[in-house]
Amino acid sequence: MTEELKDIQKEENIVYKKSSLLTDNVMHYCPGCTHGVVHKLVAEVIEEMGIQGDTIGVSPVGCSVLAYNYIDIDWQEAAHGRAPALATAVSRLHPEKYVFTYQGDGDLASIGCAEIMHACNRGENIVVIFINNAIYGMTGGQMAPTTMIGQVTATTPYGRDVKLNGYNMKITELIAQLPGTCYVTRESAHTPASVRKTKKAIRKAFENAGQNKGTSFVEVVGTCSSGWKLTPEKANEWMVDNSFKEYPLGTMKDE
Amino acid sequence: MAEVRLMKGNEVIAEAAIRCGCDGYFGYPITPQSEVMETLMIRKPWEETGMVVLQAESEVASINMVYGGASCGKKVMTSSSSPGVSLMQEGITYLAGAEIPALVVNVVRGGPGLGTIQPAQSDYYQTCKGGGHGDYRLIVLAPASVQEMNDFVDLSFELAFKYRNPAMILSDGVIGQMMEKVTLSPYKARWTDEEIEEISGSWATTGKKANRSKNVSTSLELDSDKQEEFNLHLGRKYKAMEENEVRYEKISCDDAEYMFVAYGSSARICQKAIEICRERGIKAGLLRPITLYPFPTKQIKEMVPQLKGVLSVELSMGQMVDDVRLAVNGAIPVEHYGHVGGIIHSPEEIADALETLIIKA
Repeated sequence: MTEELKDIQKEENIVYKKSSLLTDNVMHYCPGCTHGVVHKLVAEVIEEMGIQGDTIGVSPVGCSVLAYNYIDIDWQEAAHGRAPALATAVSRLHPEKYVFTYQGDGDLASIGCAEIMHACNRGENIVVIFINNAIYGMTGGQMAPTTMIGQVTATTPYGRDVKLNGYNMKITELIAQLPGTCYVTRESAHTPASVRKTKKAIRKAFENAGQNKGTSFVEVVGTCSSGWKLTPEKANEWMVDNSFKEYPLGTMKDE
Repeated sequence: MAEVRLMKGNEVIAEAAIRCGCDGYFGYPITPQSEVMETLMIRKPWEETGMVVLQAESEVASINMVYGGASCGKKVMTSSSSPGVSLMQEGITYLAGAEIPALVVNVVRGGPGLGTIQPAQSDYYQTCKGGGHGDYRLIVLAPASVQEMNDFVDLSFELAFKYRNPAMILSDGVIGQMMEKVTLSPYKARWTDEEIEEISGSWATTGKKANRSKNVSTSLELDSDKQEEFNLHLGRKYKAMEENEVRYEKISCDDAEYMFVAYGSSARICQKAIEICRERGIKAGLLRPITLYPFPTKQIKEMVPQLKGVLSVELSMGQMVDDVRLAVNGAIPVEHYGHVGGIIHSPEEIADALETLIIKA
């Protein structure tokens, strides 16, 4: 490294750097995927709060099954949908720790519907990060409970039909009704401003856990370029035009 | 001084859990074992030892709470009965795949399906031959008395942590519901954080410390070479269990010409059947497997030269008999006898069965 570069890279000149909690493992996520951004935010919040040694993450089954490869904390890899049950036990046995689940919409709103509802209703002192991209990404783009009416997926090739498939599940609205939750919000991560806002929400959720306030639930409406068969840019546009209408952004509960 | 009490088998499971330093119990009500959680809730161990007790929303949640809690290196358990344990199979194979020590108690009732709430021993296949998917084994202890319900809780945790493998107490509705005299174990303190660090620090997810790399509790391995190596590692572990952990009891076997093989409540009834046989001039004995996995294969085989036949007695259509036949390997006749559907065989029926199925056959 030249002397000139060293001079530029002085601490006071650094405006951005990768969180030290993000590992050097190459992420398996597709270009344009929301997971990478949210992983970064979670890592930054944990680092900035100085709670790396006191945080246990629970990863789901789905695209983010390998989340434990990317954030340098202790992790548990749950069976499909069961992350809130694991987190419940960790939190009960270690009430002083920060415990969070990281789940997709298939994991949380379909197969894991019972576990998330009951964990939130008991008011487990955990953080739930919920990525909703309205599709099953990992298995190749099948219908999720959150897939919207008319949306084309591998198992709704003619579009989601209410008569055949029922309605899309707005689970965050249901979660907000449960008395055990203290903070329920729906965010996105498609613009610099929305990324900053989502980071604030994640930070607030972890701070709530530190104050033993109950369940904090942060939904991030995201994209799935591969599943939606759109470029990352088009996927963002499609999300704004379609997902945000069904899943309007905003905080539903903050107690 | 030892504390002697008259208690139900299910109540004793709860008492033994508190006394052995168990950190957490997560369960869901189901007959005939609901007294386990009821006893814990009455005892309020969280005020006494700090043990966590939680009624989960389902057996699926219970076993996954066990997975989460046990992944922290804590002594964590659940209990259920057959239909509930079927629901737990996914979680059990994850525990095995992630090498997480934990205890599951199955107070077996008759099936298949919703079946009956009466006692049965028809979950042998599920427990010892799989149940969940993939190549794995459980350490399986079969209590035949309320005393063993007490003793096997601590022993199960000891073996589970020794091998980093889930253990199961395979009981049945008879042992769970009957009352007997029991000598309770002395209290053991729950492990401190420092002790957990020493015992399980290499894998327990307690928060990443600066002096170690992150611990991840997972059963996922996408690289086939690594998955094969992991399966071979599990295989070596199971072989070590087979070499070191077989437990059994022999009753009246010294001069026996005919032998019953039975576990749990059937073994208790066989003890009386031996007396009836001997009154009839038939030299009968009993080999009682205490560990169903690892199975006392060698011990049964060693008995073969002195025997004319073996009757495997089980409250099932004949499940354990497969393992008895493998042990005997065709050298002498082996048959199965047992009532099903919640009916318990009488000692006379067992003695008669030995005569009709083995001696006169």
